[in-house]
Amino acid sequence: MEPIEDSPIRRGDAGDEMRLVARIRAGDQQAMSELYDRYSKVVYAVALRVLQDAAAAEDVLQDIFLQLWRNPDAFDASRGSLSAWLAVISRHRCIDRLRKRRPETDIEECVITGGPDLRDETERALVIEKVRGVLAEMNPDQRKVLELAFFQGLTHTEIADRTGEPLGTVKTRIRSGLQLLRTKFAG
Amino acid sequence: MKTHEQFADDLALYALGELSGSDRQQLEEHLQSCAACRRELQALRGDMALLGLSSGGPQPPARSKERLMRAVAAEPRGVSAPQPPPRRGFWAALIPAFAALGLLLVALVLWRHNAALKDEVAELGNRNQDQTAQLERMNQELRLLTAPDAVHVSLNPQKAPRQPSGTAIYSPSQKRMMFMASNLAAPPTGKAYELWIIPANGAPVPAGVFKPDEHGYAVMMDHKMPEGVEAKAFAITLENEEGSDKPTSPILLMGTGE
Repeated sequence: MEPIEDSPIRRGDAGDEMRLVARIRAGDQQAMSELYDRYSKVVYAVALRVLQDAAAAEDVLQDIFLQLWRNPDAFDASRGSLSAWLAVISRHRCIDRLRKRRPETDIEECVITGGPDLRDETERALVIEKVRGVLAEMNPDQRKVLELAFFQGLTHTEIADRTGEPLGTVKTRIRSGLQLLRTKFAG
Repeated sequence: MKTHEQFADDLALYALGELSGSDRQQLEEHLQSCAACRRELQALRGDMALLGLSSGGPQPPARSKERLMRAVAAEPRGVSAPQPPPRRGFWAALIPAFAALGLLLVALVLWRHNAALKDEVAELGNRNQDQTAQLERMNQELRLLTAPDAVHVSLNPQKAPRQPSGTAIYSPSQKRMMFMASNLAAPPTGKAYELWIIPANGAPVPAGVFKPDEHGYAVMMDHKMPEGVEAKAFAITLENEEGSDKPTSPILLMGTGE
């Protein structure tokens, strides 16, 4: 049972994001500029953390926003908050790049529930601070596994090789680590 | 074959894009029939977004936005929103005052203007080069598309889970609405989907109970809107088939009107 108050409906700027995406769909270049101003820092931060290379991170930033301009229908508000969606897409694109493989995730299939909702810089700073707090309290081994899986794009087999932990433990650490973020963030 | 519980760890690997081979195939098959796992997958992506946002960092360089907006301008699409009229007259009105400062200042202004024009010419040259290359690529693509022997083959995912979706159309003035949905999983025995109108203020209002057909489609045609309710959003939950006065399960689909 999940009370409706905890649902994504609570997201305050869903309508605002939809209007912005609708303007982009209509070919409004100014809307694209506004979208970039609002969300480029999120995409760039993830890309820089994963790729550790400013020029490569800039390329991913360009690709993602240009792709959204070419195909704004890839995102609609029913897929979750735009900031959450962009953070996940940015991570996937960077890992694809690190592994020199074709994009594995179809952005149109990437439906998200929950995740943060960043309306402005203040909100973003609060979310970063809170997530870092949760990570700091996490068991260091679990945090390390999440870091290797999410930011370095290592497979669970590679992580098991590196940490010496059994495969099953690594898999469970990844899942329970992600779920712990959800629980702590909701609380 | 794995049980529902055994897919839990695989879901996280799948969300990370790291599940492959038969594990991936089995999970994708399971996702087609398990709404709970689909919801958990979406929630795990939300968790990943949180993790991603633990990365602070600098603003992207200013040139990055310029580069993007140039690329956007090179691919105009649809009808642009009206641009505000250019401001003019202000500097023109000040020219006599500047002129009074003497020839030296005028020469300086002209010199700087010349430098700016040079930059602009170089910029236009670069842009022209980009557009020529882009035109050539488009020509190549066009030649392929129009070739008499071109064979068109559509590729579609064979096992990918189809995501449920719904569309509500309503008219506040006519107080009527209709609703269509597709790719809905068959509800368990005794259960049905219920449509909710989420008003700007107050609790969700029930707007009809329905079951999808064997293809996952459902339609509620020309449905009367409850009196005095201003819809802010619509949502779908799974309820007992006789309907419920308030949602008792997680939201499966949700959309906000513009």
